[in-house]
Amino acid sequence: MKKITVISGKGGTGKTTLVSNLAYLAEDLVLADCDVDAPNLHLLLNPEVEETNIFKSNKLAVKDNSKCVDCGICNQVCRFNAVSPISYEIDPYKCEGCGVCVEMCPEDALSLELMETGEIYNSTTRFGPMIHANLKIGSDNSGKLVSEVREKAVKKGEKLNKDLILIDGSPGIGCPVISSITGVDLVLFVTEPSKSGFSDLKRVAQVIKHFNIPALAVINKYDINKAISQEIEEYLEEEKIELVGKISFSSIVVDSLRNAELVVEQKKEAKISQEIVDIWNKIKTNIK
Amino acid sequence: MKLTVLSGKGGTGKTTVAVNMALSLPNIQLLDADVEEPNCQYFLKPEFNQSEEIYRKIPEIDQTKCTACRKCVDFCEYNALAMMLDEVLVFPEICHSCGGCEKICPENAITEIDRALGVLKHSASEHDIDFWQGELNIGEESSVPVIEALKEKMDFKKDIIIDAQPGTTCPTIEAVADSDYGILVTEPTPFGLSDLKIASQLMDELKIPYGVIINRAEEESDHIIENYCEKNNIDILLKIPFKREFAYLYSDGIPFVIDYPEWQEKFKTVFAEIRGVLDEKNYSN
Repeated sequence: MKKITVISGKGGTGKTTLVSNLAYLAEDLVLADCDVDAPNLHLLLNPEVEETNIFKSNKLAVKDNSKCVDCGICNQVCRFNAVSPISYEIDPYKCEGCGVCVEMCPEDALSLELMETGEIYNSTTRFGPMIHANLKIGSDNSGKLVSEVREKAVKKGEKLNKDLILIDGSPGIGCPVISSITGVDLVLFVTEPSKSGFSDLKRVAQVIKHFNIPALAVINKYDINKAISQEIEEYLEEEKIELVGKISFSSIVVDSLRNAELVVEQKKEAKISQEIVDIWNKIKTNIK
Repeated sequence: MKLTVLSGKGGTGKTTVAVNMALSLPNIQLLDADVEEPNCQYFLKPEFNQSEEIYRKIPEIDQTKCTACRKCVDFCEYNALAMMLDEVLVFPEICHSCGGCEKICPENAITEIDRALGVLKHSASEHDIDFWQGELNIGEESSVPVIEALKEKMDFKKDIIIDAQPGTTCPTIEAVADSDYGILVTEPTPFGLSDLKIASQLMDELKIPYGVIINRAEEESDHIIENYCEKNNIDILLKIPFKREFAYLYSDGIPFVIDYPEWQEKFKTVFAEIRGVLDEKNYSN
């Protein structure tokens, strides 16, 4: 069983669109939407939710006002400015649940409580099982939720003896991205030929190098700026990242997205569908 | 006035809005708070003349003093400390720098040392914009301390525009917290709508007033966003059309207000409208 995470550095380069089209071509796989911050894969794959689980991993300091004597020690020891210097109330957005205030409170007025991080869904799509999640608005710890989604997808794949786990990642290079690539066999970069797309690719590629994970790349909308596409190709070659395909800029993609359709399924004849089929064939030879 | 440009979904055009708006107005300070992937620089092409390293604290164990009592290991909520035989190991990447282990160690075997987390860069000359950028070091997980340090550079004698990270978690909240107004950038697709809903819920929860800019707008599809905004009484501030020329200028790092100066007026109008909304709000309070 191979695990692939699709990431990009920059947002909006086409990760989810590509993942959903690859899911159609792969036919039989387990999908995971690890972009728990802004999950979108369900919009294209219409999963049927079979099981919903509340996921708790966030801890927050909670104050018992009947014990608090307003000594202000909690405010002094908190590194996250989560305790108001006036009311000594705790700001749940700033609190990182470290427990220092709990430890230092002389009155035992504070405790750490486990909070809901989000919901995890065990679903089915027409291409196989899908694990996805909804992060509670403003919740901390999206990294742990991402890890949980990824691990559940892997377990599902092992149980059902699937060949492929395809993981839709999130933009950026920080905690959710790192959580989504832990233990995977391969990373697929989706980039676009813009100065920011290229520079974001370079940053995320350094992260992947740091974790020593083999990577493939796709240049989406490559004909928007062919000069930058060329530069990206040269960079990929230097970094020994195989370019598995280039996708043309096409209004068909935007139209399909608006109708929540898959290009490779609904517009089989389109040039862009052929480009995605070629990409899938190259990925296949890499995961054999 | 302090404005933050944000979005649930990535790649909707936050940087486009932040930079083009900054270029359309006088006396602006622009903060790039998308510290994982700071991109304003590719449009402003600043010559950075000042930079500051951002450090955070991580524990260092003096093994000669450590008695392997495990108190620090048990205390750490992030599992950044582990016991290996009789030695405490530190995993700096996952440490949140809370300082708890140092405080509770009964043997005073823990001291805190600095670890480089990111860098702030400044340029003052470019287009008269006072520009600060935060940048997270590769391999580091927590953007928030870099954003906090960046926000200490705010100059309240200017109007401040903050370009935030996509999403609705800690880094985005840190960027937008205590802003006067949020500009939510979206696109007229089901993805754009779904993520706009999440971002607007966040703004409601933070009690920060906000409006929407539709990027890559197209007459036949804008209703996706317009219907939602109308139903929820959200102002649509501006529509930026879906044009191949705009996409090309973007790809080449050219802010479109430079080639299409008439758009400066549109951004000025948006800015004046926001000021009006806030004045009215203050007046009614």
